[in-house]
Order: sequence, then C-alpha cells, then structure tokens
Amino acid sequence: MKNEGSHISSYTSHAVVLIALLALTAISVAATEWHFGAFTVGVALLIASIKVATVIINFMHVKHESLFIKAMVSGVFVLFAAVIVITFIDYYLR
Amino acid sequence: MSVQAIHNERIDSETGKLGMWIFLFTELFLFGGLFLVYAVFRAKYSADFHHAAEELNTFIGTLNTVFLLVSSMTVAMSITAIQKDDKKLALFLVGLTVLLAGLFMMNKYFEWSHKFEFKIYPGSEVLKNLPQGELLFFGLYYMMTGLHALHVLIGMILLLINIVKIKNGTVSSNHYLHLENSGLYWHLVDLIWIFLFPLLYLIT
Repeated sequence: MKNEGSHISSYTSHAVVLIALLALTAISVAATEWHFGAFTVGVALLIASIKVATVIINFMHVKHESLFIKAMVSGVFVLFAAVIVITFIDYYLR
Repeated sequence: MSVQAIHNERIDSETGKLGMWIFLFTELFLFGGLFLVYAVFRAKYSADFHHAAEELNTFIGTLNTVFLLVSSMTVAMSITAIQKDDKKLALFLVGLTVLLAGLFMMNKYFEWSHKFEFKIYPGSEVLKNLPQGELLFFGLYYMMTGLHALHVLIGMILLLINIVKIKNGTVSSNHYLHLENSGLYWHLVDLIWIFLFPLLYLIT
C-alpha cells in the first residue's frame, strides 16, 4: 500500500517553509528594537501566531489531512483563542 | 496486499493520527493555562516583569528558536524520506533532529546554571527578596521552560525509539504512523517554544 492516498511533501517545500519561519523569527527579534509601545506585545504575538499556523499547516501536514482533522484542529484553536480572549475580558472588566 | 487490507491500513493510520491530535490538544491547554497566568501577572506587575526579563539572554533564546525550527524541518523531511523508502536518509534526518534537540538542552543547561550561579532559582534567598512581580516572573520562567524542557526530553526519547524502529524495519515506507505521531509531538514542542520565546525573552 506504499503511499496509497497519503501525500508526500517535497524536501524543497519543507526548506522553503523553514526559510519563512527563520525570516519571521528575525523580524520578531528586530521588532523588539523598534518599540511599538503598547503594540509591542501584540506585534510579537501576531508574528508568533503566523509562525504557529505555518508549522501546523505545513510541517504537521494538516494541509493534506482529511476534512475531519482540518475542522477539528481549526476548531480547537478557535476554542483556545476564545478561552484566552474571554479570560482577558473578564480580567479587565472586573 | 489486498484492497481491503490497504483500506484498513489507511483507516488505522487516520485513527492513529486522530488520537495523537486529541492528546496534543490537551497539551495545548496545559501550556495555555500557564500562558494565561503569565499574561495576567504581566499585566498586573508590568514594571517588574520588564526588569526581570532583561536578565534573560536574547541571543541564547534566539539560537534555541533556530535549533527547534530546523529540527522541526528535519523531522518533517524524515517522513518524506521514509515515504520514499529512503531508509538511510530517514535515519540521518531523525538523528539530526535528536542532535538539534540535544543542542537545545545544552543551551538550556548553560542558561539555567548561569542563573543558579547568581542564586536565581526557585526558593533561593535572592529570589525571595526580589519584588513580588520579579519573583512571579522567575517562578513562571522556571515552570514554563522546565515543563517545555521535559517535553523536549520526551520528544528525544520518542525519536530515538524511531531510530531503532526504522533500523529493524518496524517503521518503513508501508507503515510509518509511529514516526508521523512522534513528528507531531516534536512539532508541538516547537509550537510551544514559538510562543514562549517572545513572551519570556523578547517582551521586555
């Protein structure tokens, strides 16, 4: 059943993803020097979220998984984001 | 292999991966809780957190980020290699991943010992006399990086088991779910670090 139905990602595509991730890391480190004031945390977390999404979609092969796994993974991350946002709303409005 | 057997094998692989994903979700919420505690205390003691975070070495943090990102790629590539039945390359790539994980742990060892030299460790007199916010920062720093390092160690063990399995043929181009699931675990270790790095090292 060699490779039946399972997608084989190329070595090149993995290398391209790594370059993108390293570039984002460099931007993230450089951004701390630019001082966005109140937005510094936001910028750092935004870049981190883009990196996380890149790893999940490409390295973790979610791009080539079944619709069920795709829906489940995205659903859980939405839930995770909701937990964080709701806790913050609760914390700041106390 | 009959059509039915191929079909069953595919379902096995699908359910096997599904189980791994569900486990990874529980891990996500384990660290998520710590992220929340960090965020709330950071909002409450922002000056102390700012001051304490300056103690951390951004260079070591960045270097460790690079090690983990490269290792994430090598483990993803090892799956491509095993799918293409290139056993030698797969072994090399998994071995390289373990080596990079080892370098990460070595860096962590130097980083922690450096802090221990200055008597900054949980329960130390120096730490007890620091302002409340700095005490919380270092407590969270040791808790989060320690729990993460424990995951790195577990990931290394899983990958070493894969090296043995590839060698004796249990993991092959026909059957590589074990490598895929260990790879997923390894990527999770990377994902958590992607958030820990800016939170602890960059936001000063």
